[in-house]
Amino acid sequence: MIDWFQKLGRSSLALFERLGRGGLFLMRVFAAIPSLVPRPRLVIIQLYSVGVLSMMLIVISGLNVGMVLGLQGYNTLVDFGAEESLGQVVALSLVRELGPVVAALLFAGRAGSALTAEIGLMKATEQLSGMEMMAVDPMKRVIVPRFIAAIISMPLLAAMFSAMGILGGYFVGVGLLGVDSGAFWSQMQGKVDFYEDIMNGLVKSVVFGFVAAWIAVFEGYDAVPTTEGVSRATTRTVVHTAFAVLGLDFILTALMFGSV
Amino acid sequence: MIQKRTQEIAVGVFVAVGLAALVMLAMKVSNLSSLSDQDGFEVIARFENIGGLKERAPVTVAGVRIGRVKTVIYDDKSYDALVTLSIAAKHNQLPEDTSASILTAGLLGEQYIALEPGGAETMLKSGGEIKLTQSAFILEQMVGQFLFNKAAEGTGESKAAEGAGP
Repeated sequence: MIDWFQKLGRSSLALFERLGRGGLFLMRVFAAIPSLVPRPRLVIIQLYSVGVLSMMLIVISGLNVGMVLGLQGYNTLVDFGAEESLGQVVALSLVRELGPVVAALLFAGRAGSALTAEIGLMKATEQLSGMEMMAVDPMKRVIVPRFIAAIISMPLLAAMFSAMGILGGYFVGVGLLGVDSGAFWSQMQGKVDFYEDIMNGLVKSVVFGFVAAWIAVFEGYDAVPTTEGVSRATTRTVVHTAFAVLGLDFILTALMFGSV
Repeated sequence: MIQKRTQEIAVGVFVAVGLAALVMLAMKVSNLSSLSDQDGFEVIARFENIGGLKERAPVTVAGVRIGRVKTVIYDDKSYDALVTLSIAAKHNQLPEDTSASILTAGLLGEQYIALEPGGAETMLKSGGEIKLTQSAFILEQMVGQFLFNKAAEGTGESKAAEGAGP
């Protein structure tokens, strides 16, 4: 019995210790951000590997999710003779929920894990210590550019996901199933509010991008510098980002749309 | 150096596509493009019952949308709903005896305000009030009334039949 309590205590202490380290790490990241201003190129290189290389995945996934939404939405709506509302259904579900959430999950799998593995391996092969030896702050040189690039990429990727999804819904709904094209767009425009829906979706994607970036670089920086440690850290990045994104999504949705 | 160039071009394309997606969401998907009737003129209308009328509901004339419902407030003094309509400035030629009624789009659709211009010479001014209003059509009340009428009819008929029988 006592052993059980000890275990519980140990794991909660470990959890809080980790959270504390993550928080301190974030402070150091924030403190190092101004050093990027004279060297924007560092961010551009990372934007390429984090953003550009994730773009294809996001675009194709978005298109597919939108097409599925179009099909499923149509099948349900046609029973009520309301298939003209298909545009509204597809747009609202993408812009409010699926765009930010699915893009963040894909982002964690595609870019977050890569960031963690990269930073973790740099640590394992003592490149970070090497930089310190050369009086180069790895925080400024390695961590912050990746962090910023991830935060910039996420909202853009989420917007692409939603836009592609709506196009996918349009192709299936209007092209395949014969929903009227004008009704599709006008019902959508009638019901999707710029501030209420698009802006809130954007805020969500910024928050998710921040969380995903934080978890990815922290896990990499905090990884046990062995092969196994890096592989564990990579797994943790994906799992923790998924938990964090889905949990935060509920909280944000309740805050944004709870009273609507 | 060529690699650096392609990398930068790719990042540029990425950011541009991302921003284009945002603009598309804003312009094509949301109602931002039709929001610009903020600088319109406002008139008020009092309704006994607004049913399910919401803020930002459309205001139409002859079925064409010319504005939106700006606010819906309950008036403590007259016990009715005070609705402020915001109408696009270019449609300011509404006669003073225009009537407003709350209609429903479809059987169960959202509610909107339909204006019907009258024949008066003088026009409504900004801040003016639409005097002729018709409350919302409330399905439950209508069904209730219908059943009540049917019941009354039924008893009336049976009485008539009784009277005519013997």
